[in-house]
Amino acid sequence: MDEGLRSELQKQGIFTTTLEEVYNWGRKNSVWPLSFGLACCAIEMIATSMARYDLARFGAEVFRPSPRQADLMIVAGTVTKKMAPQVVRLFNQMPEPKYVIAMGACAISGGPFKQGYNVLKGIDRYIPVDVHIPGCPPRPEALIHAFMTLQKKIDEQKLTGSSRPRHLNADMPSEFPVPQFGDHDLVPSSNPEVWQAPSLIRHG
Amino acid sequence: MNPDNPYVPDNPYLLIAVFAVASTLFAVVPLLLARLWAKTFSPQKPGPDKNAIYECGLESKGDAWVQFRSEYYLYGIIFLIFDVETIFLLPFAVAFTGLSVGAFAAMMIFLLLLVEGLVWAWQKGVLTWK
Repeated sequence: MDEGLRSELQKQGIFTTTLEEVYNWGRKNSVWPLSFGLACCAIEMIATSMARYDLARFGAEVFRPSPRQADLMIVAGTVTKKMAPQVVRLFNQMPEPKYVIAMGACAISGGPFKQGYNVLKGIDRYIPVDVHIPGCPPRPEALIHAFMTLQKKIDEQKLTGSSRPRHLNADMPSEFPVPQFGDHDLVPSSNPEVWQAPSLIRHG
Repeated sequence: MNPDNPYVPDNPYLLIAVFAVASTLFAVVPLLLARLWAKTFSPQKPGPDKNAIYECGLESKGDAWVQFRSEYYLYGIIFLIFDVETIFLLPFAVAFTGLSVGAFAAMMIFLLLLVEGLVWAWQKGVLTWK
């Protein structure tokens, strides 16, 4: 519907909407995170959900202890290689539509422990991350900002067409391969479908 | 129509029938709508991980039908009793100097009863783990 006509109708007290808008509006305001903390970022995540920062304002106060009931995985903390298969499996066990916020320097890149032999250099190597938040740890405001960014992303998702998100597309996978413990590293060391090593471009 | 009250139908069971139909629809229609939504827009994507029974990220190992030795039950009960006893012993020890003879005797009887039980269990061989 034309935007002008729509605002004209609104002035007359007639509100119009589409199925897509109602669907996205409902989803973005009831994102239930998985109660799942890996390291110190989890403390900030807990603070965000409590009264002072009050994530409940965004409809996300219901931290679910089971992946079956969760929509959002906040990867809050260092992902060790020992833990990575479990993180991926938990993500696989969440029903679609599901989203991931990688919270903090560790979850997005390995952070200060990047040189550690046992630290995964970013959870986006195995699962598709929707919002990355830098910080060590990010303040609750940063997590809320990430959450609002995610809400904006959900709001813009299409219900039909080729650009529709993964959960509406039958051809796209809902489960991602769980890495195995190899001799020296996780096998495979990344999922090429969701992550490729950044290519270095030198100028001059 | 009932002449006295137009809201009450002639057959009293009609209300129950209407109520039964309405309540069934109330339950079934949202389920059907969800099904229709899944069919039209949101395809179901089951998988081995998603259908796994255990949901803590770890793969379950072995069988859930594990047998516990029934001896463990007695062991657990005895542990529980003496666990509770320590809770009583602590305030007893703190207030010991101010206690009357009667209170002391009562506490000793309480201890004796529990120790008796321990002696019985010991003789029965519960404490030796075979």
